[in-house]
This record gives sequence, structure tokens and C-alpha cells, in this order.
Amino acid sequence: MSAILSLDNVGVRFNAAGAAPPAPAVDGVSLQLHRGEIFGIVGESGSGKSTLANAVMGLLPANAAVSGSIRINDREVVGLDDEALRSMRGDEVSMIFQDPTASLDPTWPVGDQIAETIRAHYPVTAREAKARAIALMGEVGIADAAARYSDVPHRFSGGQRQRIVIAAALANNPQLLVADEPTTALDVTIQAQVLQLIDKLRRDHGTTVLLITHDLGVVSMICDRVGVMYGGKLLETATTEALFANPAHPYTRALFAANPAGAPRGARLPVIPAEWSVESLRDAELLRAAIGAANG
Amino acid sequence: MADLLRVEHLRKSYSGGRPWGRKPPPALNDVSVSVARGRTLGLVGESGSGKSTLGRCILGLTRPDSGAVIFDGVEVQALSGRALADFRRRVQPVFQDPFGSLDPRWPAGRSVRESLDCFGIGTPADRERRVLDLFDRVGLNPALAGRLPTHLSGGQRQRVGIAAALASEPELIIADEPVSALDMSVQAQILNLLMDLQKDLGVASVFISHDLGVVEHVSDEIAVMYHGEIVETGDTETVMTSPRHDYTRTLLAAIPRPRSSAPRRPPCPQPT
Repeated sequence: MSAILSLDNVGVRFNAAGAAPPAPAVDGVSLQLHRGEIFGIVGESGSGKSTLANAVMGLLPANAAVSGSIRINDREVVGLDDEALRSMRGDEVSMIFQDPTASLDPTWPVGDQIAETIRAHYPVTAREAKARAIALMGEVGIADAAARYSDVPHRFSGGQRQRIVIAAALANNPQLLVADEPTTALDVTIQAQVLQLIDKLRRDHGTTVLLITHDLGVVSMICDRVGVMYGGKLLETATTEALFANPAHPYTRALFAANPAGAPRGARLPVIPAEWSVESLRDAELLRAAIGAANG
Repeated sequence: MADLLRVEHLRKSYSGGRPWGRKPPPALNDVSVSVARGRTLGLVGESGSGKSTLGRCILGLTRPDSGAVIFDGVEVQALSGRALADFRRRVQPVFQDPFGSLDPRWPAGRSVRESLDCFGIGTPADRERRVLDLFDRVGLNPALAGRLPTHLSGGQRQRVGIAAALASEPELIIADEPVSALDMSVQAQILNLLMDLQKDLGVASVFISHDLGVVEHVSDEIAVMYHGEIVETGDTETVMTSPRHDYTRTLLAAIPRPRSSAPRRPPCPQPT
């Protein structure tokens, strides 16, 4: 099976001028994404999941030092020049962000913004690009796409805007889609629709998706495999079923336990202490089990 | 026992931008809820459903067009002067973004102390000690009282916000999305804190959230809001296990729950 994205011992460190080198934001992450799968990365804020996503896209600021190897389709991304990165983004690899309003130009018709993505990479006529953009808008579920081509972003709802951003991201049939918290700003019912859309599109086009999220529920809905990140490290990787049935790392188990959705109503939630180690989490687990046995 | 808070037939619409424009639908349309002493009412709904407007009306921050908010037998709109000040002491808000409710130039302790000063609680000398007690109460190291909000983590800031709300010994707390900005593990700590406070101090609360999982965990009763109306209300068990309204069912179905036994779609075909 071919890997579309392959990370080998990737590390990212943000250098602060004149200060001691801080702890790395991403530390020794190795990972292989298979063609056509949705791979989820879960972690809390500060775990380095977004930094990892930006590293894949070559979007890190100038003071970030990336080590290791990031290969997309067997091409090394680390150290590519701006020109090569720009031709890669939006074509071979696309990214969608949490806030669709920030991704779209507020004064520009949305259709033109999708068409721009196509014309930036391929020598097509304006008319062809427009036709393709309308088709894409229809595909992501914008009703009456031709009539709404010239509407500006504020005329769309939050969910529709995210659909437009997805349409622009998929305009050139990318092989890899990096989605950084794509549904975090949306209501739950809209979130379910957008997740279904992402799932449908990857089935239709065979796109591989790297989905960054903090929400374990989102992961269990659409991901094939999951990686859990904490403190810049990838703690464990497993298929979604295996992770939820049998989380191997104590941190993953503590994270599941802290979720109120699965816990008995009104019960105290087991918390993860700010300073934890694998040993302390194991001790806490034994304690919880002992209390559970005593109560049961 | 009489209800601590009763909201009766509340209506509120915000005027549109232009006088000739179409009138926007009302933010609250004939909303009635009640909260008994020491109980938690969970208010759940999507953005734009009117749940925050209801919270603001209860706090007296937004004036409803018609209807009544009755706190401890007295109508809130009719209050003024000393009686209004006393109402504000007894009903306190906790907001989503504690950063927005704390003065960035004040040490955290001063923000908490302001509430004591404002309501004239204790002697001035006594207040310093009370602030430290409150920090202790919400699980913060009293040494953090001298820190600026920018030097606190999100979870610590939310604890300061809760300490400030508790300073005036309220009988009702209106918590508007208090854990939405927090990480899962920190969210668990804050939910534990809110549940402990309720148990120990007997504070009633209205817990507003878009997250049904969180609301289910902390609430005695749940009211589901949709387009400015309460579409379903009942005790938590009933609403969660046998929802009557279609919208509640949609909401329950849409919640992604981390369960390994969840029905999974067929695996993606792997190209060879």
C-alpha cells in the first residue's frame, strides 16, 4: 500500500530571539497516511497538532525550525522554496481551516474565489473555470449554485461558507486534504452535515484527509485511524475502533474518562492533572478502579 | 417549595438594521421556565436559538419586550436602587470568555475583590482574607491573586471568573457557555468545580451550553431552545432517553459521541 504522506521523525521548534531554545512544539513524530483514508489527530490545545498540520503545508513562520522528513508523494517538503510550495498548495495538497470567514475574501464573489484556485494552477479560460466552480458549488451542496456564484461571503451561513471553502480546496482534485478543526466553529447539526460531506467527497474522489481536531466525537464519526498527540509527541496510533475499544496509552484513557458525554450523570469527572507522567496516570487509574469496585 | 426563579411568557426581538426592512424573527418567543432553589436548569440550543438572550434577560442586562422575570417572588424589571443592587448581588453571571470579564490591567485578586467592595461585604480589612478564601474555594493557589489575567491559563482564568461570581454569595448563577472555550481535561475540572459548589453552597444555576453532553452531565432539568422557543423541557433523564420533540431528536442524533460501539459506516475501499 502506498503512503501519500509520510512523516519521519518530524520535529518543529520555534526559536525566540535571544532566549534559551524552548521545548519543541512537535517532537519526533513519525506517521504514514495511506491513500484514501481519513486520519484524525486529536489532542488538547498546545499539543502541537496544528503546528504539525502547518508543517505539512509549509506554512510555518520563519522562526520555526523543522527537522526530520515530510514527504508527500515521495517528494520532500522540508526545505522546498516558496515557489515550489505555492505550486503544491491548492493543487496537490489543500488545507481548510476552522474559520471559513477568515479564509474567504469578504468583498469577492465566492464563485470567483473558487475559480481563482483553478486558474492559479491550470491554463483554463475564465469561462471554463466558472463552469467548474459552479459544478463544485453544486457538489458541496450549495442549492442553486449558478445563481449564487456572484454572492459575497456574508450572504452565506457559517455552514455554507465552510462548504465554499471545501469546494475551493477540492477545486484541483488534491490528493491530500489537511483539515484543521474544520467543524469547530459550527453548530452540531451543521457539523454532522459537513463531516458527512467530507466523507462523501473522499469516497468520490479518493482524497486522503488529515483531520486535526480536539473532539473525540468527531474522530469516532469519520476517521479510519487516529493519532493522539500530547506535548508535541504522538503518543499512540490506532484504528478508530481499536482506539475506542482499547486505548493503549494512559493519557488516552484519561482523556476518554474526562469526557462528560460518556460518564454517569452528575458524577465527578476524573481529571488529568496539569503535571502528569505516565506513572501518575497509571496510579490514578488504579485508584479509580479501586473506588469503582468499592462502590459497586 | 416556591421556585427561586420564574420566567413567564418572555418575548424579545432585536430591531433590524433598517426601519423599512423585514422584521427579524424574535429572539425569544413566549418563553417560560422555572428554577427551584439549589437546582440546575440546563439550557441547550444552537447558535441563534435565543439561549444567551434568555440568560441576559434573567440577569437584567437585556430588557424583554413583554413577559416577566420573577426572582424570589419579585419582578426584576420593577426593581431599582437598593433593591436592584441586592438582586445583582444574589444573581451572578459566569461567561464563556473569562478574559473578557477580567480587567487585563488588574491583578486577578483585585477583580474578585471588586465584587466584595461593590456590595459592601465584610470590613475592608476582612476582604483581603475573603479573596484568598475564595481562591482556595475554587481550587486556585492564593499566590495567583497577584497575577495579571494574561499570566494565567484559560482554566485558571475561568476559576477566577467563578470566584468573582461567588464573592457576593449568590443564590443563582447564570453560567453562559462556561466551559466552551476550554480543553477537555480542563473542562472536566471546571464542571467538577461547578457541581461541588452546587452541592456545598446550595447555589441554583442556569447552565447555558450548545453541548448537550455537558448539559446532560450537570443538569437536573433540561430546556431545549430552537428559534427563540422552548421546544421541550423536562427532567434530564426523560429528555435524554425519550425526547418528544423532533428537534431534540435531531440534536441528540447529531452529537458525535466517542463510543467504540457507535454504528460505523463501511470501511473505505482501499485501492490496490
